[in-house]
Amino acid sequence: MRYSEAQLERYSRHIILQEVGLEGQEKISDAKVLIIGAGGLGAPAALYLAAAGIGTIGIVDNDRVDISNLQRQIAHFTDDIGREKVISAAAKMKAINPEITVNPLEMLLCADNIRAVVRDYDFVIDGTDNFPTKFLVNDACVMENIPYSHGGILRFDGQTMTVLPGRSACYRCSFRQPPPANAVPTCSQAGVLGAIAGMLGTIQAAEALKHIIGIGQLLTDSLLTFNAAAMNFRKIPLRRQPDCPVCGANPTITELVDYEQTACALKH
Amino acid sequence: MKLTINGEAREIAGDRLTVMDVLKEQKVESPDMVAVQVNGAFVARPQYDDLVLAENDTVEFLYFMGGGAA
Repeated sequence: MRYSEAQLERYSRHIILQEVGLEGQEKISDAKVLIIGAGGLGAPAALYLAAAGIGTIGIVDNDRVDISNLQRQIAHFTDDIGREKVISAAAKMKAINPEITVNPLEMLLCADNIRAVVRDYDFVIDGTDNFPTKFLVNDACVMENIPYSHGGILRFDGQTMTVLPGRSACYRCSFRQPPPANAVPTCSQAGVLGAIAGMLGTIQAAEALKHIIGIGQLLTDSLLTFNAAAMNFRKIPLRRQPDCPVCGANPTITELVDYEQTACALKH
Repeated sequence: MKLTINGEAREIAGDRLTVMDVLKEQKVESPDMVAVQVNGAFVARPQYDDLVLAENDTVEFLYFMGGGAA
């Protein structure tokens, strides 16, 4: 038996789930998940995945906690203002569950480093806050064949999809390329209802867990969109596009390139 | 003409409507804010003015959402 009495109790609500059981919990303990962004989406995902007992969690960010983050980035507390977000998030994750390994990665992901980072993990959660990085995460995960969860939020709306590279539609199949700079407002420009970040980040965490345990139907080949003002949820069916520039039959994107205004160049 | 737009059956005045006509009718602020699919196939931005929709086509606008709330 690999678990102590205390661990069996800690994970008892998972273990009594017929679809999870001891076997499923062991898969969770053996899994490695990378969370890109320790912000509105990454923070709730990080806390739930730590609580679930994901054995190794990498969390990437290069930002520090600002007072304006606290309305929604629930891994960061008032006393953390000025601290590196990955250090702040790692401390909360370890406080919830000291048994897991957390890799705080204080860095900017860009074309020349992202593949080496994602390839160490079984599943990636995109909690980034800009389009160049969202496309970079998609392309890197497709090229390294790492399943991942896309997420985006704005105002009262959220969207998410799970990508199994080569098997289901990728973000680029449907969205193709980043919109022109400033065509779509950011959360800092347009605002976001704080709880939306939690709604979406926890959906992403649930997808990671489902993938790891091997249960249910993943949110593949569909984009879940919701508007919390009306509290309408909708799954838009998607399909792999044969002309997708990264996962299609004749990919034109075979190496990563940084778009203008990439994470590497972006200064907050 | 009859179209299914973002999952809802709609009757829109006119025929030979283009993707751009429908975007305007749907009050999409800017065509740059959405990705478009017609009958499940991706439609590139330069085709919005040229692609004429057929009766009973299914049109989806997928809004770009870049926020992760940093």
